[in-house]
Amino acid sequence: MHTVDLRGVSCPTNFVKAKLALEMLDEGAVVEFLLDDGEPVKNVPRSLKGEGHKLIGLKEADGHYVLTIEKVGE
Amino acid sequence: MADENKTSIDLNNLKAGGFIKERGRDLFTVRLRVPGGRMTVPRLKKIAEVAERFGGEFVHLSMRQSIELVNINFRDFDAVVAELGDGEQRVASCGARVRVPTACGGCEYNPNGLVDTQKAALEVDEKLFGTPTGHHKFKVGFAGCPFDCPKSATNDVGFQGAIWPELSKEECISCGLCAKSCTEGAIAMGDDGKPVFSADKCIYCGDCIKVCPTEAWKTGKIGYTVRIGGKWGRHPLVGTLFATFVPEERVVEFISVVLAWYKEKADGSGRVRIGDIIIKEGPDSLLSRLRPRFPEYVVEKTIAPQVISTQVGA
Repeated sequence: MHTVDLRGVSCPTNFVKAKLALEMLDEGAVVEFLLDDGEPVKNVPRSLKGEGHKLIGLKEADGHYVLTIEKVGE
Repeated sequence: MADENKTSIDLNNLKAGGFIKERGRDLFTVRLRVPGGRMTVPRLKKIAEVAERFGGEFVHLSMRQSIELVNINFRDFDAVVAELGDGEQRVASCGARVRVPTACGGCEYNPNGLVDTQKAALEVDEKLFGTPTGHHKFKVGFAGCPFDCPKSATNDVGFQGAIWPELSKEECISCGLCAKSCTEGAIAMGDDGKPVFSADKCIYCGDCIKVCPTEAWKTGKIGYTVRIGGKWGRHPLVGTLFATFVPEERVVEFISVVLAWYKEKADGSGRVRIGDIIIKEGPDSLLSRLRPRFPEYVVEKTIAPQVISTQVGA
């Protein structure tokens, strides 16, 4: 699975980077984003969901979060 | 002020209409009516034209979101009103009346906004603006969420957007974000990996609903938390809780009942704000007036408006 490390990237740059990463993928592709605790994990999942993508999972791991998203749409 | 006798203009009437006497001879400030602080760009342009033609070198942004034209000569009143009227910009009020309501940007573009404060402010402005109270000024303000940028509890009647969250456990993926986001400590993760809600700690901010990645947290109730009896000035009071989750479409009706109580109870007290009348009559008097019309929203009991010590004077 494709993984995009967004740790150390602040809002809203992390969201924009996630958006760009999703643009490179085909519909139905599943990607993992590594997000910092705090504002990034509060904002990025909601914003990507707002863009229409499907949220498959969100788990805490060693002080950060792993967000799993399935790309929806072109 | 020797000139006053030579004119036929009633300065008190002018003040009631939003024309406020300035220091300089013949000069007035004209306060415009800008409910909720929302100003269309064409109106803003029109105001700028009128200010350039009739006013001073600047305008003043009032404490309650209006634009005030300064240095307007009273001889130009008719012309100013007529010019502004073309762009449908009306003049505001002063005196013992319901004032222009204030509001935050609301929910249309601000992601924090829980309710449509702009809509509420426009409706109150349309239906209640200028209503004489018989006693003193009467201010209404709308905050879209518990951040409360408009400081709702410093109004005679202050509205604060509120959401009551409800959990759909099947849709929860146990990520724990809601518990982490809840600054009030109203959500903790239980042994089954699902959130446990402590209702008594919730301030109705809706953060859990906003942060939930799967929409497992849903809106159970939505409306306004209502605090009554606030004011600022020489002797500030903070309004206290009278109702929760008042539906957006019943705001005008709610204010009308409060106004009727105020008109009646302040009779003979002179120029006194509703907060001081609540302190005098006791909050139960107003609660029991509101309860028959709003039984599901009025709180069981409350406290009188809270005095803020200014530490100056007695």
